[in-house]
Amino acid sequence: MDFLQILNNTAAQILSPVTLGFVLAAIGLSVHFGFAGLLNMGVAGFMAIGAYGFAISTLTFGLPWPVAALVGLVGAVLFSIVMGIPTLRLRGDYLAIVTIAAAEVVRLLFLTATFRETTGSADGLVGFQADFRASNLLPPGRYGFGPWTYQSDQWWVIIIGIITIAIVVTLVWLLMRSPWGRVIRGIREDEDAVRSLGKNVFAFKMQALIVGGVIIAAGGIVNALGTNVNPNVYVTSQTFYVWTALLLGGAATIFGPVLGAVLFWVVRAFLSNLLPALSKIGVLPFLTSEQSQMLVFVLVGVALMVLVIFRPQGILGSKKELTFVR
Amino acid sequence: MTTTRSVRAHDRWRRALVALIAGVFSGALLFGLANPAAADTKSPETFPFAVQGNVRVAGDPVEGATVVVTGGEYTGEAKTAANGSWRVPVPTKDVPYTVELVKDSLPSGVAAPEGFAFTQEVTFGPTSNVTRNFTLGAAERTTTSFLDQFLSRAVNGLNFGLMLALAAIGASLVFGTTGLSNFAHGEMVTFGALAALFFSVAVNIPIWVAIPLAVVASALFGYGMDAGLWRPLRRKGIGTVQLMIVSIGLSLALRYIFQMFVGGGTVNLPGRATANIPGLGPISLSVTDVVSMAVSVVVIIAFAFWLMRTRIGRATRAVSDNPSLAAASGIDVDAVVRIVWVMAAALAGLSGVLWAYFRPGIKWDMGTSILLLVFAAITLGGLGTAFGALVGSIIVGLLVEVSTLWIPSDLKYVGALVVLIVILLFRPQGLLGRRERIG
Repeated sequence: MDFLQILNNTAAQILSPVTLGFVLAAIGLSVHFGFAGLLNMGVAGFMAIGAYGFAISTLTFGLPWPVAALVGLVGAVLFSIVMGIPTLRLRGDYLAIVTIAAAEVVRLLFLTATFRETTGSADGLVGFQADFRASNLLPPGRYGFGPWTYQSDQWWVIIIGIITIAIVVTLVWLLMRSPWGRVIRGIREDEDAVRSLGKNVFAFKMQALIVGGVIIAAGGIVNALGTNVNPNVYVTSQTFYVWTALLLGGAATIFGPVLGAVLFWVVRAFLSNLLPALSKIGVLPFLTSEQSQMLVFVLVGVALMVLVIFRPQGILGSKKELTFVR
Repeated sequence: MTTTRSVRAHDRWRRALVALIAGVFSGALLFGLANPAAADTKSPETFPFAVQGNVRVAGDPVEGATVVVTGGEYTGEAKTAANGSWRVPVPTKDVPYTVELVKDSLPSGVAAPEGFAFTQEVTFGPTSNVTRNFTLGAAERTTTSFLDQFLSRAVNGLNFGLMLALAAIGASLVFGTTGLSNFAHGEMVTFGALAALFFSVAVNIPIWVAIPLAVVASALFGYGMDAGLWRPLRRKGIGTVQLMIVSIGLSLALRYIFQMFVGGGTVNLPGRATANIPGLGPISLSVTDVVSMAVSVVVIIAFAFWLMRTRIGRATRAVSDNPSLAAASGIDVDAVVRIVWVMAAALAGLSGVLWAYFRPGIKWDMGTSILLLVFAAITLGGLGTAFGALVGSIIVGLLVEVSTLWIPSDLKYVGALVVLIVILLFRPQGLLGRRERIG
């Protein structure tokens, strides 16, 4: 067992585009659930719309990458509106069921063989990063430090991803200390009280859904820039992982989702490197190395349960800011 | 998390299944080792190369069609399996081959469209297998009338809907009595199918005994979940949203525990391949299908009787209506909820067994893949109403199957999910629900 290699792989996960995309998705979900109290179970759908919107506009329509990214984000706005209209007037768990169903519809539409020409069906889409890479300002070559040694193109994704995260975190911070943010939190705590103050609760919820949705779609785009687009990524489990990450860090906090998402991936990378290694040297005799990979996901599920039961406010949250009011 | 009883059951489970898996693997290993040693002999099974493929009609596999592969001196043939796949081993990859789908061997009701190429030429590339598929496309439509197709799909849909109802009624009752949208309900469905697999294959009990045993095991599973997890959480006074997320965690954990046992593939229950019942015209129903539908109907009627006529059933409806009022009138709410969990798990388990026959096959995430249809069914019928769930399930089942007449079959679940969204727009309380429930 090469412990150094395991630590190396774990450390490398911190900067991977997957993690960065996940951080953005968790921040978007914190706007939905943490601040506005909206039970969005369709995170994967928003990510898919961002990623496919970007990839399809590049591949099929040949748009330059900033425009393509904008298409992905606009797609998320439309998706929010379509989903919000039937459900935002109803009780929270209706939104949960509708969002999870809508995300599945989106995934099935990207997966079906009917639109293979555009969506790539089960194979997904590749080779849409050329224009983005052409905009790379970094010198070519492979450089970095320790486990964080990447090709120039990879660094470009990482830098753009981190800049996006910085902008989004600042934006969410500013939004949440603005009057708008206070209304949003008020809706989370007591919708009727806010309504009696003359606020249009539906409009505020819709705005929160759109803001969070756009951030999640941005996460999908960053994720896609680093690797490729595959419909198997945007399954409901992905949504649940983002939830786990968010609840781990603290739902109603600014840095909670960032910390939670990074921790989630670091721990997951550590375990999925460590457990097969342990089973290979016979420490986990009842598991094959394949089974020990599944153990990682079992632990994710158990972690989600334990978190919600024993520390619903997460690592950074405070008990005063109740997120599970309904 | 579970009671000691089910923990011990799990242990036995694991040991038996590990033994089973080990047996399968070692068998495969022996076979794999034996293969190259026997490669000198000229029997076709040992040829190192193969031409293979699928015969499909409008996305559905064609079983029993003959494919002949000719090339150089060699001629080999194969019949397509139940999943439409065929494989003809060939001695060398240096000559071109001709692959012919024998027209007369196509099952009745399957015909090729105009100008269909029954022969294809094939040469080997760098790999030792080449694939040639025959897709008969819209051939079915040229032979079967629309009405016949509609009837056949509708009967299939009814079967699917009844099976869905078994799962949905339980989920709906749990929602009615506890307010929990149980995302782990899909895993309760998978559990039933896996229990049947365990009893019939690992313990080697006849399938008609194994299925009731699987339902009993599912009921115990439900009891264990309530006693070990949900009751303590209710005692703790945890809100419904938190409970819902706990159920998501439970669903993830259980799903991957199942995958640790059965792996990522599909496993079949014994007694699946039964003959079609003749004389039904366009409707193709196997004995298994009919038995499955009969079982669903009988169980649903028995359940309805229980809910409407017995004391406990009445108490369940009272708790579903208003738990505080029910408690005030002397009903033991906790006991009722316990019974609801046991019933829901047993029904879900039975639905899992039937679904394993309908799909066909058992897969670790089979329950998850119908979870959203279950939700669609209970929302359509009216959240928390048992009969609404029944009506909703049958509508969803019919919709899923019949909609394949117009939309590609890989999009068939989309229709049901879109209906779920649309129904919330126009009648959020569902078909049989009352307005105050939507809160």
